Amino acid sequence: MSVLAVQGLQKSFGGVQAVAGVSFAVEAGELLAMIGPNGAGKTTCFNMLMGQLRPDAGSVAFEGSDITGLAPRQVWRLGVGRTFQITATFASMTVSENVQMALLSHHRKLASFWAPATSLYADEAAALLQQVGMVDQRQRACGVLAYGDLKRVELAVALANQPRLLLMDEPTAGMAPRERVALMELTAKLTRDRGIAVLFTEHDMDVVFAQADRIIVLNRGRLIAQGTPAEVRADKGVQDVYLGSGSTFGGH
Amino acid sequence: MIIKRRDFLAGSAAAVAIAGAPSIARGQGATIKIGEINSYSTQAAFLGPYRNGWNMALDEVNAAGGLNGRKLETVFRDDGGKPEDAVRHAGELVAAEKVDLLAGGFLSNIGLAIGGYAKQNKKLYVASEPLTDALVWAQGNRYTFRLRPSTYMQAAMLVEEAAKLPAMRWATVSPNYEYGQSAVKWFKELLSRKKPGVQFVSEQFPALGRIDAGATVQAVAAANPEAIFNVTFGADLTNFVRQGNTRGLFERRAVASMLTGEPEYMDPLKDETPENWIVTGYPWDQVNTPSHSKFRDDYRKKYNDYPRLGSVVGYDTVNAIINMLRKAGSTDTEKMVDAMEGLKFTSPFGPVEFRKIDHQATLGAFVGRTKVQGGKGIMVNWRYADGKDYLPSDAEVREMRPKDA
Amino acid sequence: MDFLLVQFLNGLASASSLFLVASGLSIIFGVSRIVNFAHGSFYMLGAYVAWTLTRGLDWVAFGHLGFWGGILIAAVVVGLLGVIVEILLLRRIYQAPELFQLLATFGVVLIVQDATLWIWGAQDLLGPRAPGMRGAIDIMGQRFPQYEMLLIVIGPAVLGLLWLLFHRTRWGTLVRAATLDREMVAALGVDQKLLFTSIFFLGSFLAALGGGLQLPREPVQLNMDLAIIADAFVVVVVGGMGSVGGAYLAALLIAELQAFMLFVPDFALFGVTVSISKMTLIPSFLVMAVVLVVRPYGLLGRPPSHARIAGAVEPVVRATPAELKWLGYAALALLVVLPFFVGDYGLIVATEILIMVLVAASLHFMMGPGGMASFGHAAYFGLGAYGAALMTKHLMAPMAVGLAAGPLLAGLFGILFGWFCVRLSGVYLAMLTLAFAQIVWSIAFQWVAMTGGDNGLLGIWPDSWATGKDVYYYLTLALCVAGVLVLRRMIYAPFGYALRAGRDSPLRAEAIGIDVVRVQWAAFTVAAVFAGLAGALFVYFKGSVFPTYASIPKSVDALMMVLMGGVQTITGPLIGAVVYMGLHEQLVRLTELWRLVLGASIIALVLAFPQGIAGFVVRLWLKGKAEDL
Repeated sequence: MSVLAVQGLQKSFGGVQAVAGVSFAVEAGELLAMIGPNGAGKTTCFNMLMGQLRPDAGSVAFEGSDITGLAPRQVWRLGVGRTFQITATFASMTVSENVQMALLSHHRKLASFWAPATSLYADEAAALLQQVGMVDQRQRACGVLAYGDLKRVELAVALANQPRLLLMDEPTAGMAPRERVALMELTAKLTRDRGIAVLFTEHDMDVVFAQADRIIVLNRGRLIAQGTPAEVRADKGVQDVYLGSGSTFGGH
Repeated sequence: MIIKRRDFLAGSAAAVAIAGAPSIARGQGATIKIGEINSYSTQAAFLGPYRNGWNMALDEVNAAGGLNGRKLETVFRDDGGKPEDAVRHAGELVAAEKVDLLAGGFLSNIGLAIGGYAKQNKKLYVASEPLTDALVWAQGNRYTFRLRPSTYMQAAMLVEEAAKLPAMRWATVSPNYEYGQSAVKWFKELLSRKKPGVQFVSEQFPALGRIDAGATVQAVAAANPEAIFNVTFGADLTNFVRQGNTRGLFERRAVASMLTGEPEYMDPLKDETPENWIVTGYPWDQVNTPSHSKFRDDYRKKYNDYPRLGSVVGYDTVNAIINMLRKAGSTDTEKMVDAMEGLKFTSPFGPVEFRKIDHQATLGAFVGRTKVQGGKGIMVNWRYADGKDYLPSDAEVREMRPKDA
Repeated sequence: MDFLLVQFLNGLASASSLFLVASGLSIIFGVSRIVNFAHGSFYMLGAYVAWTLTRGLDWVAFGHLGFWGGILIAAVVVGLLGVIVEILLLRRIYQAPELFQLLATFGVVLIVQDATLWIWGAQDLLGPRAPGMRGAIDIMGQRFPQYEMLLIVIGPAVLGLLWLLFHRTRWGTLVRAATLDREMVAALGVDQKLLFTSIFFLGSFLAALGGGLQLPREPVQLNMDLAIIADAFVVVVVGGMGSVGGAYLAALLIAELQAFMLFVPDFALFGVTVSISKMTLIPSFLVMAVVLVVRPYGLLGRPPSHARIAGAVEPVVRATPAELKWLGYAALALLVVLPFFVGDYGLIVATEILIMVLVAASLHFMMGPGGMASFGHAAYFGLGAYGAALMTKHLMAPMAVGLAAGPLLAGLFGILFGWFCVRLSGVYLAMLTLAFAQIVWSIAFQWVAMTGGDNGLLGIWPDSWATGKDVYYYLTLALCVAGVLVLRRMIYAPFGYALRAGRDSPLRAEAIGIDVVRVQWAAFTVAAVFAGLAGALFVYFKGSVFPTYASIPKSVDALMMVLMGGVQTITGPLIGAVVYMGLHEQLVRLTELWRLVLGASIIALVLAFPQGIAGFVVRLWLKGKAEDL
């Protein structure tokens, strides 16, 4: 059984078919990259997986159970973590508290009106931050962090509910090239250790080809190719799409 | 004539000067202090003349050497139109300023709030302006007295005239708050009693200060009444009159109108004052009794302005307090309350008594017709309606007033 | 039939008046996002200046030119005044936290009130009738004033001119662009300052024009400002903030409703006589509540491009520093021994301030960590007061029962109203709270048999053991300090963190399993409960309850206390309550011109401490040691 199984997903906005019948699956411990030129439907696809958008047709199954149309927080409760293209953290909290929030939510402690929150799950948060290399900065405000550090915090937050699936929308967007590779290496290491399935979109082909186990390619809302990095690189259709759109492709 | 803030301030300078040196005065153990609370910032147009009248009476008695050598002074407080602030001021005046009694009040709910405070803290409160009947009846208490003719009395004065009219179909227009509601209630009840068979075909209750005059006039006209009972005043009245005049609402219809003859309300209307309305009011320029003439001349000399009704109310409140103090011979609250009950004094309007039965004064009002003359509204064919003739029977009063009051 | 037609025309005329004022407010908000409380003051000044130009100077002889010219010149003069306010005051605080500018404009309102009284005096001033328009025209046998007919035309005419201005000039295009996306326009290299200043001119000009055109209808008087401002806000919000067409539509809807409701006969509901025709102040708020529930951004409004206004980033809430804790203990110790040093009056003032501190803390709970500003917090204060008073009055219950019933009633209404409010955000949420507060106020005002109407309920004094000023002070101290500490504890508890999470990033909060709407709903209710407790304490303290407890000025007071102290700190609102109440109490006793001085003080505080008083202290204190600022 695949961790994530997507079947015939469709979504259109005012007559424009953003996603037109996409099907794919992600297995445990696998890093699956979703690529495609701008407007290929990657973000729309992502938002339907996480529950931000309701698909017109098709189904999304997580560990065999149908999660189509569930709200984001319900999807998360089932064991799906997520990071955003533009980082979304709580600016009025410290790094540690950001992770603690996810832990508190995971342990269903949010309705507590009494115990001071800072002391709850502080050690667990530190352990997670240790793994992403942010433990030294755990007392800093999230609002003042460098962008790359915020991405690491998001990763720690996403791991807090011990997810079996991680959805990462452009995890390295806005980062320097060297940082990008480092972040994805870290992601790959952490998820492979835990057997977490990862689906991520990415523009940087260096990152994609270095880290992804498999790649799926979207164009104009359709899946046009899938396979190992080598297979995709060799695919004629994929090359046409990328050359046609003027993007650089796999420049090793 | 416009009452400018600076005149208003200048007028009260004397009182402030005295109030400004309370420690010296208290050192001599001689002054008698009155705590006065009113909505000066929100009802400035009415309370400026009121305070002038107040200070005039105060200056008169102090110039004559005070009461048995004791001077009178007043500490004024602005409640900003909020009953809860009035209660705080009452507490401050009693606890910090150590006033001997409380007075003032313009809005009904503020009068009631101070009255409640007076009852709880056993302090004398002489209410000057609030009109609500509840102040001396339903919420009446041992420590609260009221000078002005109440809503009931004013309505009763108009009913006397309204009953003489042939009109059987009446409409009412009244601001939607306690004063307006009570006025309509009493007018309907008393008129129906005097003239069985009268019908009330429309009752309009526009929000206070926010009348939608065109629509209200239209709604009244739609009911086609023969006569109209009006309770609106101030800006609402002006709007109502302008729209009513232009739309012909008042043509061939009698109108009985509360308070409209008071200079406070009639003067702003200038040449647009509606003609031949039956009103209660105060024809200050025509009352030539010796006591009123003297009051008017003194007032003009002192303030270079003519008196409004508020001036008389302010003057008479102090007047009543002075007479009460003479009678009581003490500033002990219980003795002052006893002295207030049945207290007789002479107002510029004539003799007045604070009734023992309900603590209401028998100060009256003038009832007459309106007329435009020389570009402004005046009262004609008026007469003085003595308050004592416009109160319910003693049995009814006892029924309304709490047993422990 | 003929009556109905004329009543429809009456509605149209009123709609025009309302629209003129509201359009200026809407334009100002659309571009600058400033909730301009002083708009009503400009309206009033427009009427006063126009009165002086048309009648006060005996220019009536100039006829048409004198009258229309006077109104136009007055509008220009007041427009320039708006420019001065923008340049000297508002321009300095655009970067302050959301709604902080509201505090500044409130200061302007107070100053204008006293200045107007000083210049024009207290008495109502009768404006001239429009030359040649004293008469009426005949419509199906009904007389309809000519001037009203003119107003009916003026409204749509101004709407048309504004449309042309916004769609046919470069300036108008920029304004529309700025309404949609302020940052975008700034990025285009447009002089934003000039744009904002010119918008203020136009907005104030329209307000004053609205005021001037009222001259032939109503006397000029000192309550015009506050009478119009709530209505204008309602129209703007119902129409959609920034939408001029929406404002006209909303004005039309509300004015017609107000005109026709006068014909609705009374009826009985559950044995209580309901008189729709008396409730003329309510339809506007009812319309607003319904519209906001159905269309969260008004009839023709669009969701703002940025949910939060670009301002200072919310600072990190950290554990209370030891110094502040000791300061807190010291303050508490001082409060405990206070009765030994001050007299009865000192205790009265202290009791009142303590109650207001709890009100401010409860409002801050939803406004600060919750990010939900309320313009109607007095509703829960009033409900608490009435809950307690009704228990004592109608059921003869002891005070303890009343003190429990107050918060309970407030909490129940918090649950009800909160359910609707938390589905909105920003100013729309705040305006919906105002609508509900007005509904509460009107129930208290109209349901005379139960609440005593505006005469209130009297004689609600404490039980005999607590009648002493010092005993009641200690009771208040205990309950208010406990209330503040519980609220504080909640802010530091996981619930408070979840609340802040929802404010900081709803997207992330949802993505880690937080049900933001439910958390906000709970916070709304908590705030209502504690405001209700304050109200219950207040009613036994004052001995009476009146609809004013739930009125707009009380809500404004609460808002001002929180803003003045600083919404971003937990201690700020407490300080704000003490300073605001203390200033008010002192000034009222010291000077006749207390509004002028209070207004000036507020403006001075706003300019000196754009983060609020506590925010300023925190900055000063952290200056040397913090890296996180």
